[in-house]
Amino acid sequence: MGNERLGSRIGKNKVFYLMLAPYFSLFFLFTILPVLISIFFSLTYFDMHSMPQFIGWGNYARLLLEDDLFIVALRNTLILAVVTGPVSYILCVLFAWIINEFRGFTRALLTLVFYAPSISGQAYLIWNIILTGDRYGFLNGLLMQGGFIQEAILWLQTEKYILPVLIVVQLWLSLGTGFLAFIAGLQTVDKTLYEAAAIDGVSNRWQELWFITLPAIRPQLMFGAIMQITQSFAIADVSLYLAGNPSINNSGATIVTTLLDYGGIRFEMGYASAIATVLFIMMVGTNKVVQRMLRRIGE
Amino acid sequence: MSASDLSSKIKHNSKRSNMRISRGKKINRSRAGNMLLFVLMAICGLFMVLPIVMIVNNSLKPPDELFQFPPRLFVRNPTLENFADLFVLMGDTWVPFSRYILNTIIITGGGTIGHVLCASLAAYPLAKRKFPGSTLLFNVVILSLMFSWTVTQIPNYMIISALGINNTYLALILPSWSFGIGLYLMKQFMEQIPDSIIESARLDGAKEIKVFWLIVMPNVKPAWLTLAIFQFQILWGNTGGMFLRSEELKPMQFAMQQIMAGGAARAGASAAVAFIIAAIPITFFLICQSSIFETMTTSGIKE
Repeated sequence: MGNERLGSRIGKNKVFYLMLAPYFSLFFLFTILPVLISIFFSLTYFDMHSMPQFIGWGNYARLLLEDDLFIVALRNTLILAVVTGPVSYILCVLFAWIINEFRGFTRALLTLVFYAPSISGQAYLIWNIILTGDRYGFLNGLLMQGGFIQEAILWLQTEKYILPVLIVVQLWLSLGTGFLAFIAGLQTVDKTLYEAAAIDGVSNRWQELWFITLPAIRPQLMFGAIMQITQSFAIADVSLYLAGNPSINNSGATIVTTLLDYGGIRFEMGYASAIATVLFIMMVGTNKVVQRMLRRIGE
Repeated sequence: MSASDLSSKIKHNSKRSNMRISRGKKINRSRAGNMLLFVLMAICGLFMVLPIVMIVNNSLKPPDELFQFPPRLFVRNPTLENFADLFVLMGDTWVPFSRYILNTIIITGGGTIGHVLCASLAAYPLAKRKFPGSTLLFNVVILSLMFSWTVTQIPNYMIISALGINNTYLALILPSWSFGIGLYLMKQFMEQIPDSIIESARLDGAKEIKVFWLIVMPNVKPAWLTLAIFQFQILWGNTGGMFLRSEELKPMQFAMQQIMAGGAARAGASAAVAFIIAAIPITFFLICQSSIFETMTTSGIKE
């Protein structure tokens, strides 16, 4: 009886399943299947030459109990994510909102200016020039001229500076996917809402932002949050490029640099897959909390 | 109050924009606040635009300035020699350079258009209809966004080989059609379209596919233009990697990086390459962004 009802409900919605078909058949083949295979690999020893050998929870036990490097990477990743995640996200909203105050081509140009680090291929190169460790480095030169320091600082080779440097560069890179989604979202807000709000007693731009604009772009805010989480927990390129691999005393090691190390260099695919699975669980948990917070906007 | 209700009704019926707001001043804005924001934007903007400034200046530097130590940001004696060198090198590649350009157009064009269409088509029912499995499918897509892409590369390679599409354009194009980001983005925007617009179109007897194409897609134009920017950028940066082995299938990005790998002797040409690699997505970005603003500046989505 219940099955029949389900069957007829599926039949009634046939056209929708047809619309889903092209995307989801490809999605199953090229995303779901690979993820399932990876999760299976995480339970095996797999060196990419011989067949995977099933070892149960072995990789996870080694990862969480024995691997000191992973604990360092976990700590660094959490610090980077907790600092850059929320700050980047707020910057994205703020800048998208301010740019939305401008008009016409100025607005397109401003969007480009702020998106520039995300679109111009080798954006990090500029930080090498700024942070060069001798007196010719831009930052060192500036600080020495100002009399703040006497000797040039090796910004990228000194352990205690690595994480702060990565945080700054990551924040500079933060206006990416979420930012553009907010820009587009703000375009679709019904402008008559603002008039109605003004009549209802909203009297400054901050009230308008909280009570009108943010609730109106809630779907985009949720999208941006997931993008931010996946970005903040997966910081790797900046670290590999600026701090090197391996970085001084692993001070720049993150979960994903560790993953790349095992998967790409040591060919321990099973272990790398276990790292990916742990990272996945961390992101899913964070996302649950963040989505709950976003429901409270405008209250 | 009743006047404003009335005016909003009129606006709804005629689907015309609110000219007073779009042309005149915004409400709830103080002048001091505007100035403060402007200064803040100017300072941050200078910092953000640095990579573009560097790429443009480097591409115009003669060799002695490229190797100058300490490096300077701005060029002193601009020259177009680097681009001339690059064109000579382009004429000297393994397969004619036009072939790389054609490959890029097929991969980037096919991947971008296909993804926007597939993802939008699937996002519409998920955003606007409840049916068995809809929530589950959507949640699976969200979850997939959080799984590290690095480790799925190997299974992906196995699947693509098993399908027999390894070393064809399809090895890059087909997976790109089903990236998770597009479905999620399109679904979030489509959710905001008032049900009344869709219902009235259906009452007029329009088929679902027609509602999708004529009502839904025009209303979420900013979303698919933004998605096109993301997708273009991803595919443009793809060198073909392990999926394209034949030289005559490789994209421009690959040929360009080969030129850059030439070391110090090609520093000038490399600077020109860096310029072109950045300039094309930036041009595409500006075209898309301008049309987002053109279509939507006057009104938002309205009931």
